[in-house]
Amino acid sequence: MELIIQVLVSGLLIGGVYALISVGLNLIFGVVRIINFAHGEVLMLAMYAAFWLNKLFGMDPYVSALLVLPALFLFGVLLQRVIVQPIQEASANMQIFATVALSLILQNLALIFWKGDFRTVQTSYAMSTLEVMNIIISVPRLIAFLVALASILLLYGFLKHTFLGKALRAIVEDNTVARLMGIKVDRLYLLAFGLGAAFTALGGILLIPFSSVYPMVGGPFTLIAFIVVVLGGLGSMSGTFLGGLFIGVVESFGGTYVSPALKEAIYFGIFILVLLVRPQGLFGKGKGTEEIGLK
Amino acid sequence: MLTIETINCFYGDFQALRDVSMHVPEGKIVSLLGPNAAGKSTTLRSISGIVRHRGGRIVFDGRPIGSRKPEDIVELGIAHVPEGRKLFSTLTVKENLEMGAYSRRAKPKVKANLEKVFALFPVLSERRNQVAGSLSGGEQQMCAIGRGLMADPRLLMIDEMSLGLSPILVQQMFALVKTIAASGVTILLVEQQVHHTMAIADLAFIMEKGHIVLAGPTREIAGHAHVKKAYLGM
Repeated sequence: MELIIQVLVSGLLIGGVYALISVGLNLIFGVVRIINFAHGEVLMLAMYAAFWLNKLFGMDPYVSALLVLPALFLFGVLLQRVIVQPIQEASANMQIFATVALSLILQNLALIFWKGDFRTVQTSYAMSTLEVMNIIISVPRLIAFLVALASILLLYGFLKHTFLGKALRAIVEDNTVARLMGIKVDRLYLLAFGLGAAFTALGGILLIPFSSVYPMVGGPFTLIAFIVVVLGGLGSMSGTFLGGLFIGVVESFGGTYVSPALKEAIYFGIFILVLLVRPQGLFGKGKGTEEIGLK
Repeated sequence: MLTIETINCFYGDFQALRDVSMHVPEGKIVSLLGPNAAGKSTTLRSISGIVRHRGGRIVFDGRPIGSRKPEDIVELGIAHVPEGRKLFSTLTVKENLEMGAYSRRAKPKVKANLEKVFALFPVLSERRNQVAGSLSGGEQQMCAIGRGLMADPRLLMIDEMSLGLSPILVQQMFALVKTIAASGVTILLVEQQVHHTMAIADLAFIMEKGHIVLAGPTREIAGHAHVKKAYLGM
């Protein structure tokens, strides 16, 4: 019984980070309608940035967020402006080519500049744990979960209650009608991409105290984010949050009771099942996955 | 106020508009009538900038607007209430109306215009915190027109507002359009409800297969043999 709770808690904690990264993808997906296969590479860049700031200047990874998040926000804006905007009206295939290419380029640039080594940040708190009722909780993982939760709530409030947030939701529903309202859709695309990248970068910052960075680290996260967005439904932040936790728990149980090597097979199994049974996502509001280019 | 000169419009190889010319004078109710797929909606979409036209020009207040983006055209005071309402269904009624006032032109007047819209459509005030997707068809149409008015337009274009509404509601909606026109907003109405439309419109344009086939004061058009036979069932 204790093992089950332990496994559940670990799954929920990492699931929070998955949710955060997926929220970033959902924002880009829902607003800009681009299938961004380079999503995981944003995470990779953030992790490397935190690593190098620590290595060269001894900066704590959490403190480095103050530099890394704005930098990757700008990186996201730049990607939207330079790479995505010219192909905004192009076919989904064209967009996939562009973002897959971007992903490959970023991975290989990382390989050239930083080698293929696994790099880790050494901190005093990396190994610290809390023990609650015989359940052991890793402190950096708990921090990751709590910060992820707080950021998602913050984004939720922004989308729900601010004028700009409402305009973003209007674009998610219908970008043509949004234009008719006078909403500067192209400018809000930049904002959405920047915010999406920044949320993903925060995911990287939260991961670095307890995981290594290497050029290919982003791949599995892109996959996870896609599955979570499909599970949660396009445009649904609460759905994405629950979807992230769900994938975290599934991974944790699968890794403990089946085999860690099979976790991607388990993701894909769930993915296919959801597409077959409920293509709008478990928490989606109608149209959804068919717009992700899966039709 | 608005002049369209010989515009053409294509969807792929299909030509939706053929040398369409129209004139909408300030302060009038102008109707654009015709059967399904005649190009009426495409005409509105060309004016609001959602579709690009080829050749010809569209001039609003002496300024050519044919190459501008939709979000810039609404700043000039042209609001387009699209066919099928197209409300933001997960946003509340009030949020939908606020989005209607997103333009720089309308934003400063959002409070005053909200009051006006609620006065015109009291039911929207009652339902202000309900999501738009939960409204009835008639309420949705009111919300869509209200959202158009929130843009503080000088020209309000409404596409097929009577579609799917009960006869009583249709009558109410036409009466409301007359009220809106009386407040000084020029109206361009695309409709299939020919009788009701002709009862309130000053000018009528008849469109068939992408052409304007007849144009003039409504009374003259209503007396035309072709219109009598094909549209008025006489």
